[in-house]
Amino acid sequence: MGTFGSLRTRAVATVAAVGALALVVGCGGSDDSVTGGGKKDGKVTITMGLYGVMGLKETGLLEQYEKENPEVDIKAEIAGDEQTYYTALQTRLAAGNGLKDIQGIEIGRAKEITETQADKFADFAGTAGTDHFLPWKESQISTGDGKVLGLGTDIGPMAVCYRKDYFEQAGLPTDREEVGKLWEGDWTKYVEVGRTFKKDFKGDKVAFTDSASGLFNAMVYGHPEQYYDEKGELIYDSNPAVQEAWALASDAAEEGLTAKLRQFQPGWDPGLANGTFATAVCPAWMLSHISEKAGEANKGKWDVARAPQGANWGGSFLGVIEKSPVKEEAKKLVAWLTAPEQQAHIFKEIGNIPSSAKALEDPAVKNATSEYFDNAPIGRIFGAAAQEIPDKQVLGRKDGTIKDTFSQGLALVEQGTSRDDAWKTTTERIEKAVG
Amino acid sequence: MATSTTKALTGEEPPAPPGTADGGKTARRRSALLHRLDVKGAPFAFVAPFFIVFAAFSFYPLVYTSWISLHDVELATLDVMEWVAFDNYVELWGDSRFWNALWNTVTIGVISTVPQLMMALGLAHLLNYRMRASLFFRVASLVPYATSVAAAALVFTMIFERDFGMINWALGSVGIDPVDWEADKWPAQVAISTIVIWRWTGYNALLYLAAMQAIPAERYEAASLDGASRWKQFTHVTVPGIRSTIVFTIVLSTIGATQLFGEPLIFGQGPNGVTGGADNQYQTLGLLLYEEGWKNYQMGRSATVAWAMFMLLVLVFAAQRLIKRLRSRTS
Repeated sequence: MGTFGSLRTRAVATVAAVGALALVVGCGGSDDSVTGGGKKDGKVTITMGLYGVMGLKETGLLEQYEKENPEVDIKAEIAGDEQTYYTALQTRLAAGNGLKDIQGIEIGRAKEITETQADKFADFAGTAGTDHFLPWKESQISTGDGKVLGLGTDIGPMAVCYRKDYFEQAGLPTDREEVGKLWEGDWTKYVEVGRTFKKDFKGDKVAFTDSASGLFNAMVYGHPEQYYDEKGELIYDSNPAVQEAWALASDAAEEGLTAKLRQFQPGWDPGLANGTFATAVCPAWMLSHISEKAGEANKGKWDVARAPQGANWGGSFLGVIEKSPVKEEAKKLVAWLTAPEQQAHIFKEIGNIPSSAKALEDPAVKNATSEYFDNAPIGRIFGAAAQEIPDKQVLGRKDGTIKDTFSQGLALVEQGTSRDDAWKTTTERIEKAVG
Repeated sequence: MATSTTKALTGEEPPAPPGTADGGKTARRRSALLHRLDVKGAPFAFVAPFFIVFAAFSFYPLVYTSWISLHDVELATLDVMEWVAFDNYVELWGDSRFWNALWNTVTIGVISTVPQLMMALGLAHLLNYRMRASLFFRVASLVPYATSVAAAALVFTMIFERDFGMINWALGSVGIDPVDWEADKWPAQVAISTIVIWRWTGYNALLYLAAMQAIPAERYEAASLDGASRWKQFTHVTVPGIRSTIVFTIVLSTIGATQLFGEPLIFGQGPNGVTGGADNQYQTLGLLLYEEGWKNYQMGRSATVAWAMFMLLVLVFAAQRLIKRLRSRTS
């Protein structure tokens, strides 16, 4: 018994010690499959990391590619929230572990990627059949020495979504052409319409627009330079474009023209469903969100009119990891997914506007209408808006963070802080965040 | 077993059986050595898993965090570290956001911990009575604790929503103006405390209940013979009887309150959650740490906040010790 007992103790102790060591060592991981993809028995596995609704999986494109290329197996992982996704991506890039073969890149992160991670992404420069993009789209993901780190998916030209029934109750025109004319050429006219709306609207309390930050973004993104100048210097506090947008958005906030909501935050979705505001500045990709959250009950009440000025808000890229064991196959897949035909397909299915100039010329895109928005000719409206986007779009490393901080600053104004105090707080916060 | 151990320990070798000569001797010697290792080494092997895991997941990060906090380093470029000595700490000391977050942590901590422990005490007192379905109530009081923070916070966020939330609807039906729970400082802090109180009251009540059941029944009998009311019994028998448990729950709650993070993060949602509201009106130290690290990607400054939080806890407990010692000296 004694010997047997001690034998058992020894065995248990050994197992415990080895187990603990394995636990520690195991965290190091192996280096031969940094991206999860690979080739095995003539079968190619390609992994993808995506976020939000990019439309690649949702519209069946990945399945179609697998069907056309039976040797390819695609595994896509989609994060709901881009902020969470990007944080994870940064951690993995820093660790060189846990990456996917193909990674989605949001426009607000493009500059940071091109400046700090260029050597970790494959170069698309000169890849055959990828010369169909809008010129500024490709330049956003290119490094100084001409490396192209990804291919574009969608862009975010803007329009104004509005409630026809509310406009009627306020004695304003309801036809989308006439509504567009109301504020043609100038955002101050849009706010002017808001004042009329507030004065003349008959019925329960309805705000003219959802948020001051929506208006602010629309104005700022209409300029080639926003928070950084071309040399990469911060100009967020001196750029007249930012100051003008801040002043007008503060006007709207102080005069009670906004519903004091924050886009994509709690309260905004029920606001859409219950109709607590009459307009929202909407980039093309926002249409699917509005129709989903406002629901069947409000179908046909919403319509789309041209924005006073063209601007680009949002858009994404697909990049390939340099170390991927299936780099060439992944590049081929990315080129296919972003080809004009596929971009047009995504637009028809969910309304993301193509970044391919060729796709924008596609009659199917040009003549598209949206049933939910009272058959608005969204192809024509957003296509025209895409032409108005400035040909140069200067991005900065911390664009996303700065945008969020300005949105919060305007929320302060909506909550009653004076605009000068809110501006001071905002610029101090940005200085701390990016300095 | 016992005899062989003594032999092994005294180093006494039994005579080798004839014929095996040298081979037998070394085999025995080896087995004795293994045996000694077994007796002396096994306990260490048994406790090793904890210490190895502790070293890997607690001690190493702690040391590494302090190293990072002395540098200027960004998440995207972790390999580029710039030595700045104690600059991060000096900056934090002069940063109004730090003092704001510290103060918020204290106020939310107080308005969530004090009512929580009081209610737990009352609840435990009630559960301690003989009553029908007591097991059901005891299990029921633990259900909130078993709920995930995320789920609880999400539900409360909807309840406290400004335009269509249940609470504002109820307030409206009795003619009170709606409250902007997220945007205003004190309502936001109260709402977050509600989530904390809801989750932890039952848990603390069960701790108290366990302690109360250890109080001998004779004390209550004696008290009621002396004519003490139920309330008198509660204050003079129950509370002194479970004093050490109360201290224990206060310590636990203090640590919990210092690290408060999930509830405010989800209550605000998105960028507002990370900054603790547009005006940082409910940003706790935990959220400030997260904002520096995972929104601004400044790992050095984030690590500094982590160390400041740790040192704060040490300070609080040192102060508590000191007060205790002073008090026992004066009494």
